[in-house]
Amino acid sequence: MEILLIIVSAIFVNNIVLAQFLGICPYLGVSNKLSTASGMSLAVCFVITLSTLVTYLLNKYLLVRFGLEFLQTIAFILVIAALVQMVEIVLKKVSPSLYQALGIFLPLITTNCAVLGVAINVVTKEFTFGLPSHMLGLGEAVLYAFATSLGYGLAMVIFAGLREHLSLCEVPKPFRGVPIALVTVGILAMAFMGFSGIA
Amino acid sequence: MSKLKLITKGLVKDNPTFVLLLGMCPTLATTTSAINGLSMGLATLFVLVLSNMAISAIDPVVPDKVHIPVYIVVIATFVTLLQFLMQAYTPDIYATLGLFIPLIVVNCIVLGRAEAFANKNSVLDSALDGLGVGLGFTVSLTVLGLVRELLGSLSLFGWKIPGTGDGMLAFVMAPGAFLCLGYLMVLFNKYIAKK
Repeated sequence: MEILLIIVSAIFVNNIVLAQFLGICPYLGVSNKLSTASGMSLAVCFVITLSTLVTYLLNKYLLVRFGLEFLQTIAFILVIAALVQMVEIVLKKVSPSLYQALGIFLPLITTNCAVLGVAINVVTKEFTFGLPSHMLGLGEAVLYAFATSLGYGLAMVIFAGLREHLSLCEVPKPFRGVPIALVTVGILAMAFMGFSGIA
Repeated sequence: MSKLKLITKGLVKDNPTFVLLLGMCPTLATTTSAINGLSMGLATLFVLVLSNMAISAIDPVVPDKVHIPVYIVVIATFVTLLQFLMQAYTPDIYATLGLFIPLIVVNCIVLGRAEAFANKNSVLDSALDGLGVGLGFTVSLTVLGLVRELLGSLSLFGWKIPGTGDGMLAFVMAPGAFLCLGYLMVLFNKYIAKK
């Protein structure tokens, strides 16, 4: 039950883009085409889950143990940058086709605030998920990160689909480009508000 | 470029929010009221000026291959400094802005200015550039916060307009952020940035 709550809450109720405003830059930047949007979502999913696992362990067994919590921001961003680089190298060797598909999105993920945001949230915030509020355990943290990144993918794919249709419409000149995209996201966010209260 | 122009160009011509579309996450997330927008803008301004100065000073000795990681560590250091200062002197604002203070590290405006300006110019010019871009960001955030606060809770800078009821809650929440920014951008394109 609790697992289900984590998943539903992270994907729909507290959607990372539409409710928490994280990762907006790539969200607006690469959502022009459905294919690039899904590629980006895949890469983000991979990096968020992996980096949360690593930063959680780093925080618990190194920073907290030695009283160095104030180094969280610096340590986490370094871990994420190194991880993205490593994932890039490994993917290049192991699965060149996936590496080709993700292209430039991989290095760009370092500066996607969704990754750092989830990593910091998981170790500093208390969550409830139907239980008394508590800090997340390792399993919960990784599950939460994975579900959150699925929410990112969902919002991304829906929006890319909308934009593909939008590009065929006649849009008034001052609205062209980003403004109409923002208004569309606003309406999409309103639809997602309907989920609040479920979990 | 004259010193004055360095400061003013961030307001309209190179406005980070409406023209360059950088730093969208804090723009949307922290502008629930004019005060919050203003505080977020000033926090970013602080980091921008200091990191621009530091990066322009150390750039000659940084090997080209590792310059991005070095910049990020410099920026993260100033962000940590800012976190300490805010926790000590403005704990309320720190609590409201929450996650978005550490996230200044990955704000593309800061790294963008380091890469595009600070590593090629003098320390003084870089400081002025940081000040100009930071001011542009602060003004945009304050305006957006003002509009959302007015529509969402019918108040201005925390002062409730007397004799009014509740505002439209949606404007304080997520959808309002996107809608307001979208429409402000339309107004900006149509009236201010006329070509």
